[in-house]
Amino acid sequence: MNNNNSEFEPKIVAFVCNWCTYAGADLTGTSRLKYATNVKIVRFPCTGRIDFMLLLKAFAQGADGVIVSGCHPNDCHYTSGNFHARRRWITFRGLLDFMGIDVRRIQYSWVSAAEGAKWADVVNTTVANIRELGPYTEYQKVADYLDKEEYNG
Amino acid sequence: MDKLREKAAALLADGTVTMVLGYEEGTNKPRPVFCHTAEQASKLVYSSQCINNLAVYLTKKDIMGAGKVAVIATIPTLRSILQLSVENQLNEDNLIVITVTDKDEVKQFANFAEIEAYIADFQLKLEGKEQEIINKLEGMSREERFKFWMEEMSHCFKCYACRAACPLCYCTKCIVEENRPQWINPWASPLANMEWQINRAMHMAGRCTGCGACGDACPVGIPIHLLTRKMIEDLAPEFGFTPGQPSKNGNALSTWKADDKENFIR
Repeated sequence: MNNNNSEFEPKIVAFVCNWCTYAGADLTGTSRLKYATNVKIVRFPCTGRIDFMLLLKAFAQGADGVIVSGCHPNDCHYTSGNFHARRRWITFRGLLDFMGIDVRRIQYSWVSAAEGAKWADVVNTTVANIRELGPYTEYQKVADYLDKEEYNG
Repeated sequence: MDKLREKAAALLADGTVTMVLGYEEGTNKPRPVFCHTAEQASKLVYSSQCINNLAVYLTKKDIMGAGKVAVIATIPTLRSILQLSVENQLNEDNLIVITVTDKDEVKQFANFAEIEAYIADFQLKLEGKEQEIINKLEGMSREERFKFWMEEMSHCFKCYACRAACPLCYCTKCIVEENRPQWINPWASPLANMEWQINRAMHMAGRCTGCGACGDACPVGIPIHLLTRKMIEDLAPEFGFTPGQPSKNGNALSTWKADDKENFIR
């Protein structure tokens, strides 16, 4: 773990749905709210489309944290995409925890198109949390195995 | 055992079925055998040592052929057959399911509903050894758990025996063969091994019947069956299904409820 956390800038990838959170994040901007710049937003049609492999790919390629966000329950543009997603995250979270992957690094949230301030808050707190946790070197070591050609726990 | 052989021979002799799937004596333990003639049926054995899940062959069209087939099923195999049936993978008219009861009687099921009634008496329970490892893992810190699994998975050389042994892994194109994009690297490396097992477990979530065939098939003895087994234990109370019973109202991940509970979404 990096002890020099003050200099550590977390890399965060946000997987958001097109209809709510992406529009919400847009509202954050048009409302001229300032929030942490560590986040890279990837837009999806729906949270139901966000494959769990995408989260793992983000970690493998150097993300320290991930945000997954979409419409509130009952607000889904496609009626049930977020309900399916919710079940998937409940399942996925349990599995990751059993395998010892740090589930604190994945922040799930419901942010509607009207919640620009909430989006700023979600990003800011996630960045603060990840800054506290430090870089995800544990996963990086596993992912970088082929470059280093050795794996030392 | 004689009764079982007689039954199989009779089915084959009068042409009711073209093949009987069962077990024969193997090197260390019984192994699967495909009987096409009444004479071959004399090789059949049945004991608690029969651990291969024969349901895995029922979705393989090249093995099953077009005719009617009989399968000699253990309790875990019966569970898998039921799950395959709710996923519309089996043709009830082309399948005869036979089991040997506790009292050594040969029982032929008339339909899948009868199997379901029969299986209801056999609850799926964690075996002592499995419970022990799960308890050990739950007692560990997260870092230790990660180390445990990475150490275990460092032995994996991607033979995909876990996939081949699983009756519910019947996709004709698996995600590991998917290369646009290449979701999971095909070579054996810590990341690729872990990603493969996470995928396998996620695709089994809410479908796995806990037969343990994946773990038995692993040539290097990684307890991968615990991943799916643990999920059964966790998800059954969460989404309200009975461990080992087919999910008749849809699999856990293909259905939802408006009031599914979680405590981690902001």
